[in-house]
Amino acid sequence: MAEFTNPEALLAGARRAYAEGFRRMDAFTPFPVEGLAEAIGFHKTGIPLIVLIGGIIGCVGGFYLQYWISVIDYPINVGGRPLNSWPSFIPVTFELTVLIAALFALFGLLALNRLPMPYHPVFNLERFELASRNRFFLCIEATDPKFDDEATRRFLESVKSQGVYQVEH
Amino acid sequence: MDPEQADKALDSGVPLPLIEPGHTYATVTDKISAIVLTRPTPKFWYIGFGLSFIFVLILLYAAAYLFTVGVGIWGINIPVAWGFAIVNFVWWIGIGHAGTLISAILLLMRQKWRQSINRFSEAMTLFAVACAGLFPLLHLGRPWFFYWLFPYPSTMGIQPQFRSPLVWDVFAVSTYFTVSLIFWYVGLIPDLATLRDRARKRFPRFAYGILAMGWRGSAIHWHRYEMAYLLLAGLATPLVVSVHTVVSFDFAVALVPGWHSTIFPPYFVAGAIYSGFAMVLTLAIPLRKVYSLEDFITLRHLRNMGEVMLATGLIVAYGYVMETFMAWYSGNLYEQYMMMNRMFGPYAYMYWVLILFNLLVPQALWIRGVRTNVPALFAIAICVNIGMWLERYVIVVVSLSRDFMPSAWGMYSGTIWDYAVLAGSIGLFLALMFLFIRILPMISIFEMRELVHEATVKSE
Repeated sequence: MAEFTNPEALLAGARRAYAEGFRRMDAFTPFPVEGLAEAIGFHKTGIPLIVLIGGIIGCVGGFYLQYWISVIDYPINVGGRPLNSWPSFIPVTFELTVLIAALFALFGLLALNRLPMPYHPVFNLERFELASRNRFFLCIEATDPKFDDEATRRFLESVKSQGVYQVEH
Repeated sequence: MDPEQADKALDSGVPLPLIEPGHTYATVTDKISAIVLTRPTPKFWYIGFGLSFIFVLILLYAAAYLFTVGVGIWGINIPVAWGFAIVNFVWWIGIGHAGTLISAILLLMRQKWRQSINRFSEAMTLFAVACAGLFPLLHLGRPWFFYWLFPYPSTMGIQPQFRSPLVWDVFAVSTYFTVSLIFWYVGLIPDLATLRDRARKRFPRFAYGILAMGWRGSAIHWHRYEMAYLLLAGLATPLVVSVHTVVSFDFAVALVPGWHSTIFPPYFVAGAIYSGFAMVLTLAIPLRKVYSLEDFITLRHLRNMGEVMLATGLIVAYGYVMETFMAWYSGNLYEQYMMMNRMFGPYAYMYWVLILFNLLVPQALWIRGVRTNVPALFAIAICVNIGMWLERYVIVVVSLSRDFMPSAWGMYSGTIWDYAVLAGSIGLFLALMFLFIRILPMISIFEMRELVHEATVKSE
């Protein structure tokens, strides 16, 4: 794992690592850095689709809930007006669309990020607590097919990093 | 930057800074997390929390008495069956709206100045909606049956009436609370991780660690995080508009003169944002002073909030003018009488104080010197807070007290218990705010780091 002092150096390092052929790697930063995920070969987040599915479930389910209650389960005849008075079902349909979509966004985010995760090897490194303050890290995992203890260490030293550390796991 | 410098900078057309120069990633992190972790709790906090907690106890007492005796202890009766409880409900919900506006709508509009005020205004939203939610429940008469409002397979074989705005309200407010909570918590996760890493004592480390759920700032996580946050903002934006629209339907769908009006939805939403920004200013001005956060909540933030207040205040003013105009133009006897009653009836003093506080006083914000004058902004914000409460009082109570038949008219005034619950809810709100600033970062740390990054990129 290599340490950097600014996001530009990390971004350059990550791009070079990707060009070198490393694939199983991750970067750790104290704030979102534009283009970093793309630089390490991660493009699609999958979140929008999850939220869309949640929204559709909320919308269709919300309307059907009201339809079923007002027309099938508990019909009340108010002055002969239609039982399926859909315009008055729109506000609740809308609220439920937003509610279910937001819940899907939250749980989708957590599930895709595999959180909560009480233990992760990167926390074994003492200096890693600076990843939430002012330091930027690039980590190449030992499971990467191109990984080689010595060569990878030398590569990480060559990308203008502040220091290179080995992470126990 | 002091007001005189700010004035000079504005004269020469330079935008005021969003963050005072000289900060690095480390200094913003340390300064904000120190408030929670290492700096001794200021005396202000103990006094403030203590005082607001006394009011929480008053609220508990008043609520306990209400539950034992019933809503008869309040001033409500026929014809004014909706009194303080509904006024307070609408007032609190409205205050909540500014938090969502700042965090969601300004995010979508890429307004960078939201970044130091979004966290505590979201907290404000959450606590204001919690206070708002109390009132309909207390007002129910039999609050232990509140769940009858939700559709569930009950043994009574009955279901809620989905054509009623009051049922829409249940869904709107509970969705609003849930989505605000999700938005706030998602925004907090990276900062909770920062606190976990900064905390030196065992228990805070453990507690923040649990709440941060193992967040480690991975680039891939950030990528998904930003997408999810953006989508949540996109969901919250129409939601916030819908919530106060639905609240206004509670009135507009009824036939009472003074309620039955098509201008209500936009006028309520603008009023909500207006009162919310007033509350954000009311909270931000003392906070930045006590915790010396003038570097992060700069004059630019205060000035921008003043401008939003002026703009939304003008929309509200348009609402007042249109209500009056339509009452006259409709040619409808009852509508005309409603307006005359507001202006010259027994509650006229409230109407004119409302016009003074909501319409006339905020016009001072046209002057640039007022927008960068902190005490003046604070005074205007307090006026708007009171004015907006009076506006809801005028709409709810004055309209109900004199409707169609003079034989059915009646006067209303709040009893000591009405005032106790109002004061108690303010105490609850402030007590929650005090707890929040003590145990969570009141400014989003990672977004401040982003601002520092942008400032350094720009200067290079």
